[in-house]
Amino acid sequence: MSKQKVMMGNHALSYGAVVSKVNVISAYPITPQTQVVELLSELCSNGALDSEFIKVESEHSAMAACIGASAVGARTFTATSAQGLALMHEMLHWAVGARTPVVMGNINRSMGPPWTIWSEQTDSLSQRDTGWLQIYASSNQEVYDSVPIAFKIAEHKKVQLPVMVVLDAFFLSHTSENVMMMDLDKAETYLPKYKPKHKLDVNEPYTFGALTTPEWYYELRYKIQKAHENAISVIEEAQSEFKDMFGREYGLVEEYKTADADTILVAISTAASTAKDTVDELREKGVKAGLLRLRFVRPFPFKKVREVLSSAKKILVLDRNLSPGIGGIIFQEIKSAMYNESNKAPIYGFIAGLGGRDITTETIHNIFEEAEKQDPKNIIWMEVKA
Amino acid sequence: MKYTIPKEELVHPGHLACQGCGGALAMRIMLKTLGKNTILTFPACCWSVIDGPFPYSAVKVPLFHTAFETAAVVASGIKAALNRVGDPKTNSVAWAGDGGTFDIGIQALSGSAERNDDMFYFVYDNEAYMNTGIQRSSATPKGAWTTTTPVNHPKATPKKDILAIMAAHKIPYIATASIAYPEDFTRKLEKAKEIKGFKFFHIFAPCPPGWRANPKDTITLAKLAVETKLFPLLEIEDGEKYTINLPKKDKGKPIEDYLKLQGRFKHLKENDIKEMQTFIDKKYNRLKILEEISQ
Repeated sequence: MSKQKVMMGNHALSYGAVVSKVNVISAYPITPQTQVVELLSELCSNGALDSEFIKVESEHSAMAACIGASAVGARTFTATSAQGLALMHEMLHWAVGARTPVVMGNINRSMGPPWTIWSEQTDSLSQRDTGWLQIYASSNQEVYDSVPIAFKIAEHKKVQLPVMVVLDAFFLSHTSENVMMMDLDKAETYLPKYKPKHKLDVNEPYTFGALTTPEWYYELRYKIQKAHENAISVIEEAQSEFKDMFGREYGLVEEYKTADADTILVAISTAASTAKDTVDELREKGVKAGLLRLRFVRPFPFKKVREVLSSAKKILVLDRNLSPGIGGIIFQEIKSAMYNESNKAPIYGFIAGLGGRDITTETIHNIFEEAEKQDPKNIIWMEVKA
Repeated sequence: MKYTIPKEELVHPGHLACQGCGGALAMRIMLKTLGKNTILTFPACCWSVIDGPFPYSAVKVPLFHTAFETAAVVASGIKAALNRVGDPKTNSVAWAGDGGTFDIGIQALSGSAERNDDMFYFVYDNEAYMNTGIQRSSATPKGAWTTTTPVNHPKATPKKDILAIMAAHKIPYIATASIAYPEDFTRKLEKAKEIKGFKFFHIFAPCPPGWRANPKDTITLAKLAVETKLFPLLEIEDGEKYTINLPKKDKGKPIEDYLKLQGRFKHLKENDIKEMQTFIDKKYNRLKILEEISQ
């Protein structure tokens, strides 16, 4: 029988690494990620987790160590946040180009300056062009389950790419929730030992990453794009197998009362779980509201998004992130996904909750109201102090 | 005389090094001794080119190319993985130039050394960014010309003392090595193979194009660097025990003998050379004292 445990999101991430039987961990502490590395250090030192833990001097080195270890065939894990993720940037590209299936937890934190530690998605969304797959969780259970699912996808021979499991600072990282734990043996059946096709092996010496001329580099990039396209079905298989074994169901996206909805709000992470309450309240008032939560932002689930939004009369996008000069990032992506579609429903871009300011049910109510009052705009700022 | 250098060649002929490349010869000697059970990590450096473009490789062992500042920590990651899913006896070797070691790679290097990760780190030091076209690094000696330290403004500060920095990490083994003394290099590699922990080798690697020297003089230059006491061959154990292997005699050859074979020092005046000689003597005397007090 599965065990139930109350834990914070950071510990859910750590136990996700435990249940994935990672071989090598390399990490550097940063608020609000520290409990992830603290718990993993403790579990490594008391033998509960049979892994090497390289306590590096920076996040850049954390990612570099994971890449080196992964190239030998070890299952590798790290976790970081904001400034740490930005410092890793060069190596995030390296992990993709080297096709090393590293899994990393990122706790969404706003970027400094000024110093801040609270939640915002700009840190991870600004890494979206590196080629990492990105999962945005909205509960601690989802954080925990997403780690073995991420490894299964990352290590799949049709994907062979790194995956980021992303969670909100404090709203998940430091908030305790019930988590159903997996049985270790059952988890190993779900996620068997990593067996790479190519690795650094003295018995079969290969060179990885040698200077590559335009004659070949182009095709390597093509293959990375193809791997993202392949990942869609790999994700669906991995999550369907997960449901069969553990009973919990995950999709590329999560739909909430969208089937007959006139107005659909698109959001990610915990703001999306808050929005469910607002949708319920609006439904009680007879408003046909619905919610589409993107669980995967990369690969972008085009087909699913288009399907869900195909009959919406209004599409509202909530972004807790900002790409200055253009606006919300998810808004841009939803708009581009819908451009060639027959449904020409207006798309509204809302910014809220930057720097970890609360996004309450009231905020989301106001978003639905604004969309009734206004013509569609690329940026509608919610709750900005004058 | 007994031949002490292993005969097996693990570097293919036909690599892309310049004529008279000290770094290429250093790799040949290193791999002969560490052998096939070795995984190499290269950051950006001359060897990222010397090894050849895809699909070629000049080395007969597995090789991972990595970003400029990460050689040490990638080799740490490789070793950690070997301990879990491979053969823990396989050597993990980081092989970097002076830029990747003295400058951009020093943070990760310090991290791996401080953790005393069980690996080898080699710097083949040609005293500037040669791969990008001879720009000064913190390993460039005072007074030298490079493309970023032109003759009217040659390098104004002394070469960074990497040995002192590494010794301060109290790692089990540090050695200097020279391509002109392959037996000494081989002996040190054999010794290091038996040591668990972080092993650091500083290899003096003349660069004919970057030093404006004749390729035929590579070995002569490497030899003169030792004979003038500019680059003494030594070992430092546990960051404390100093042993000077060469030169045998404390009175070295004058530094002019070394300088005059290189265009990069052509602009130096008599006083500059005198100052350089004083610097070398002082540094060597300090080493002698460290050797004496640590025996």
